Amino acid sequence: MTKGRKIESIILRVLIYAAAAVTFAVLLFLLAYILINGVPNLKPSLFSLEYNTENASLMPALINTVIMTLLSLVIAIPFGIFSAIFLVEYAKKGNRFVGIIRLTTETLQGIPSIVYGLFGMLFFVTALGWGYSILAGAFTMSIMILPLIMRTTEEALKAVPDTYREGSFGLGAGKLRTIFRIVLPAAVPGIMAGVILAIGRIMGETAALMYTAGTVPDIAATPMSSGRTLAVHMYNLSSEGLYMDQAYATAVILLVVVVAMNALSAFAARKLTKGTR
Amino acid sequence: MQGVFFLAACASVLAVALICIFLFANGIPAMSEIGIFDFLLGEEWRPSNNIYGILPMIMGSIYVTAGAIVIGVPIGIFTSVFMAHYCPKKIYPFLKSATELLAGIPSVVYGFFGLVVIVPMIRNYTAAQGIGGNGQTMLTASIILGIMILPTIIGVTESAMRSVPDQYYEGSLALGATKERTIFRIVIPAAKSGVIAGIVLGIGRAIGETMAVIMVAGNQPRMPQGILEGVRTMTTNIVMEMGYAADLHREALIATAVVLFVFILIINACVSLLNRRSEND
Repeated sequence: MTKGRKIESIILRVLIYAAAAVTFAVLLFLLAYILINGVPNLKPSLFSLEYNTENASLMPALINTVIMTLLSLVIAIPFGIFSAIFLVEYAKKGNRFVGIIRLTTETLQGIPSIVYGLFGMLFFVTALGWGYSILAGAFTMSIMILPLIMRTTEEALKAVPDTYREGSFGLGAGKLRTIFRIVLPAAVPGIMAGVILAIGRIMGETAALMYTAGTVPDIAATPMSSGRTLAVHMYNLSSEGLYMDQAYATAVILLVVVVAMNALSAFAARKLTKGTR
Repeated sequence: MQGVFFLAACASVLAVALICIFLFANGIPAMSEIGIFDFLLGEEWRPSNNIYGILPMIMGSIYVTAGAIVIGVPIGIFTSVFMAHYCPKKIYPFLKSATELLAGIPSVVYGFFGLVVIVPMIRNYTAAQGIGGNGQTMLTASIILGIMILPTIIGVTESAMRSVPDQYYEGSLALGATKERTIFRIVIPAAKSGVIAGIVLGIGRAIGETMAVIMVAGNQPRMPQGILEGVRTMTTNIVMEMGYAADLHREALIATAVVLFVFILIINACVSLLNRRSEND
């Protein structure tokens, strides 16, 4: 081996290790920085039910986030799962309509959240006349997470071995019964992994919600009232610049939720691979 | 019952159709009223004087994204080489979930991190150079976006490298090439389509990112002046002014979203083209 090649190899190896070190160091630093500065600011007063100028409580935003997440899931999950059932169990290979659905889900996945936000504002808020409301926000979010749920459900359904279906048919069950009693239950962990990822996306979303659900810092009394979620709350706090301590605390809660959701999703996905092997 | 499943599957088609119709129907009239060339190539954005040129924002988006690529792509590709070929098996699951966590952190948290950590760093640097400024610059936005696109690039590049047949790798080693030379001369060229698809996906993420950029970029609506000056992108232009805009101003912002949407559609088309090509390989 020539000397030049050896030096080339060493330089590349150093670059590889350095790049990996930078990537994981940035993640660790970000987590540590937010936690160290944020945890001391998690005061009980932040969890009071009312937001006012003296106490920028995050509790109303937290409650709105939970409502928003549940509503979006209720809308998106049936559509996502049923579409995936159509794609995997019913559509024939080479069906042109399947190609169109693939194309549109890919398109939906690439659309930036601000474009979703503007569409939500034009369609749900203005055209349908719902005004800034949790419902308008939830519908916008459900379109945004639809491709995610469709894709993960599709993969989970495909992972169910055909022997399950054949066994069920052999015992005399119909197609529908086979899907709901045999295939779907076997695919639940995979579907859950997708749903949990979707929860993480809803909780972290800001741009799509500012002009659909609005920024009112109180608990939304009905689905038709406006309310800010935790991520919107955090953006408003840090852009006002008056409540940086509270913004740090909100960041901690967002991070903890996201870390927990990621861990749960990975757990569910592992369960799926174990179940089918 | 098959009909119900079919109808559900139509939902995503309907959603894309509605998004296109509402964006274009609200944005195109404004473009023609302002004049398509004055809108796309106008260098001034002064809503109070009814001057709507979004070239500064288009250039801002392109520059910031280019900066993110310069920072994120080398680190991302080298990290994915590490993940695919160097990472000890024992720590691999932890590092893999760490990259997934990087993808899951909300953009507003990235923006906040940029605001409290990177903005002061840049501010100190420019102050030491005697330039002044508040640290909210094109460079700051590029650094944050560079970090944010890392998980996309790492994930796609790693799986592309793993799908290269082992014989390529072993054959090259057997001919006496070093491990590093094998990876960079044989494996990566073989995985080229996948690697490029990862970069293009990263571009899509960076150009569409809003909240992280708005918190660190300064958002001045003028032609980009340099990497240590503030900049405004198409996405932030919409968020900054949508809250109070009315009439033509409001429509001009929607038209900005149309331009952004067209950028994204082109990027999407590139990605699916590349994916199809890597499937055919």
